[in-house]
Amino acid sequence: MSADSATHDDHTPSLWDWKRWVYSTNHKDIGTMYLIFAIFAGVIGGAMSGMIRLELAEPGLQVFNDSFKLFGMLEMGDSHNYNVMVTMHGLIMIFFMVMPAMIGGFGNWFVPLQIGAPDMAFPRMNNISFWLLPAAFGLAFMSMFVGGPAGGEGFGGGWVLYPPLSGLTGHPGPAMDLLILSLHLAGISSILGAINFITTIFNMRAPGMTMHKMPLFVWSILVTVFLLLLSLPVLAGALTMLLTDRNFGTSFFEPAGGGDPIMFQHLFWFFGHPEVYILILPGFGIISHIVSTFSKKPVFGYLGMAYAMVSIGVIGFLVWAHHMYTVGMPVDLKAYFVAATMVIAVPTGIKIFSWIATMWGGSITYRTPMMWAIGFIFLFTVGGVTGVVLANAGVDAALHDTYYVVAHFHYVLSLGAVFAIFAGWYFWFEKIFGVKYNSLLARLQFLFFFVGANVIFFPQHFLGLNGMQRRVPDYADGFANWNEISSWGYAIMGVGMIIFFLILIEAMMSRRKGEANPWGEGATTLEWTLSSPPPFHQFSTLPKIK
Amino acid sequence: MRFLAAIALTWITATTAAMANTGIPTDGALGFQHAVTPIMERIVEFHDLLLWIIVPITLFVTALLAYVMVRYRAKANPVPSKNSHNTLLEVIWTGLPVLILMVISFYSFPLLYMSDEIPETDFTIKATGYQWYWGYEYPDHGVEQYLSNMIPEDEIVDGQERLLSVDNPLVVPLNATVRLQVTAADVIHNWAMPSFGSKIDAVPGRLNEIWFQVTELGTYYGQCSELCGRLHGYMPIEVRVVSQDVFDAWIAAEPGTDDANAILAQNTADRATRLAQLD
Repeated sequence: MSADSATHDDHTPSLWDWKRWVYSTNHKDIGTMYLIFAIFAGVIGGAMSGMIRLELAEPGLQVFNDSFKLFGMLEMGDSHNYNVMVTMHGLIMIFFMVMPAMIGGFGNWFVPLQIGAPDMAFPRMNNISFWLLPAAFGLAFMSMFVGGPAGGEGFGGGWVLYPPLSGLTGHPGPAMDLLILSLHLAGISSILGAINFITTIFNMRAPGMTMHKMPLFVWSILVTVFLLLLSLPVLAGALTMLLTDRNFGTSFFEPAGGGDPIMFQHLFWFFGHPEVYILILPGFGIISHIVSTFSKKPVFGYLGMAYAMVSIGVIGFLVWAHHMYTVGMPVDLKAYFVAATMVIAVPTGIKIFSWIATMWGGSITYRTPMMWAIGFIFLFTVGGVTGVVLANAGVDAALHDTYYVVAHFHYVLSLGAVFAIFAGWYFWFEKIFGVKYNSLLARLQFLFFFVGANVIFFPQHFLGLNGMQRRVPDYADGFANWNEISSWGYAIMGVGMIIFFLILIEAMMSRRKGEANPWGEGATTLEWTLSSPPPFHQFSTLPKIK
Repeated sequence: MRFLAAIALTWITATTAAMANTGIPTDGALGFQHAVTPIMERIVEFHDLLLWIIVPITLFVTALLAYVMVRYRAKANPVPSKNSHNTLLEVIWTGLPVLILMVISFYSFPLLYMSDEIPETDFTIKATGYQWYWGYEYPDHGVEQYLSNMIPEDEIVDGQERLLSVDNPLVVPLNATVRLQVTAADVIHNWAMPSFGSKIDAVPGRLNEIWFQVTELGTYYGQCSELCGRLHGYMPIEVRVVSQDVFDAWIAAEPGTDDANAILAQNTADRATRLAQLD
């Protein structure tokens, strides 16, 4: 708190004081940094998907060849660089875009506010959780420019990092080592964050707020961080074994030394499957709030909603090998994973129907966040039912590692998680920044995203059914038609992304003062009782919950 | 005379079907490639059943959503109800999905066990994945490993497919039940053939097995389906399904040699001529 600060009275340091951000221990400032970081990473990850769709727009190698130059200067290299793009797109979007936005951004901002706490339980740990992320991102980014496989740079083995391709056999260069260290840092960041959230939620709820009175967003973050805490150490173990395989001559995953590459896949997916729920669960929480707020009704079946998320979290740990139906597992084991996987459809169905039941009998206004939320419900349903198809190991023999899978997980992540993030963004924008956005532009962005994302990903179901495999820079001529359409979809979504930045600039320039509660009687959680933006420190007298 | 005509007709339909439906992706297709094994036929049937379940569910949810959006918009319903529980409804939307899933598993498990359990086979083929080509052996026929590389784009001739055709294809006789053993020498690959419903990882240090029985003559294409490095998209799989005679001649001519490929080329040319005569 510098003495010359203009707003000395409420102890708010100046926006331009670098120490406010670098040394920050304030959950709202850290949340804001997470959100800005997520936007930054999202732009890079999104640009990479642009390279991917540009390459796939027509058969042949147009972008990743010797002669093409992006903007007349950037050489894109060969098909290995395409693999690097695919890999980094996945890793960046997961670890540096969706997770920071949902857990770090919205979680940091609104968990303390919604439970009536002055801050997170461990503010300094919160700081290190955030600042490990740019370091992790830096390592991942650097990995693209150091040696990977013979004659190439960067790691091009997919975000799943399967050895032996990620071992010395496939990528002898240091790119993979940098990536391992990057993921270690990102993992530490998330584990520290998880500990922080668990402690905060268990110990710092305002008097009277029992677990069963907690807002659903807090429930969703609680389940999410438990998944993080239990799954990330497994990834860290697998990555460390990979690191020692590469550098110290162990052979955990090296068949020649008695190791087993499939072991890595089991460890990876024991983390990886909970990870995909980590990406979507906070979205469930956000959507519940928005649907209830704009229907002016309490959430339908609150307890069912909360425990549906808990059971999704628990079952999420028991289904990992449905990502591995083709590795040669015993048939009875496959049968178990089929059954366990299909069970997840039940709590997911409860959530979808409860959201609709929340709207039923309500008095619904279609403000911007509600449009994104309804879009989410529809798209998540589409992604959910294709998940039921893929759960069946028999059919998976035809669909595994095809574009059907790509379509499925982009419907639940690119359309599900990202739509939930934008829904939350427009729901809480005024609260976070204290200014209003232009809702007309925000609706326009929704329109472009909704149409664009569907045009990108719906045709990919057909490509997958017809046999197009994932992660290839070039494809048989018979796949040309749908791929071209899919690439046009990217252009539409790209326009939506430009509108997003226009909204930011417009809101920044016009500075319409935000209200404490712009949404009216439907918005009942504690954050709406505070000013917009909330004071630098809130709840110095704890609110009492009836 | 009528008898002969009937035979001719059967033959025409059989051959044209085989020629028209080679296993290859088709532009604008909405579904699977043509199924030519019992496994793939079952997969297509089961997937059709799943479509009859998931499409109505999606439409039902969409319709519900559309209904509440219109019926309960603020203008039409200014005073919201405070109702947030309905035990019966919650039991129904938990129970009904369970029933639907039970119906699905009733068909899913038999398919899984049928495709996974290998019946008595006529012979074994061993496929080995390398960066970035396949090697095939026929141990029961004493055929040692020959390599199968993609034909580069600038060497493609008429009748070959870009990215899909190989120099030395895998050859199997019509209706033979084949056991395919798959492994890899460097990184993980995946032997996939859409028309057969076959997809199995080739893992170094492991021997995986699948089986197929192809019921239609023709040429079928697949591609490596596990990311295996720089040229992952350039290690296709081509299977020729021929009559037993042609297969025997091909084996005798030593697979992988020009002689063996000449027999395959001759076979393709013969069938083309036969078809042309029929037109």
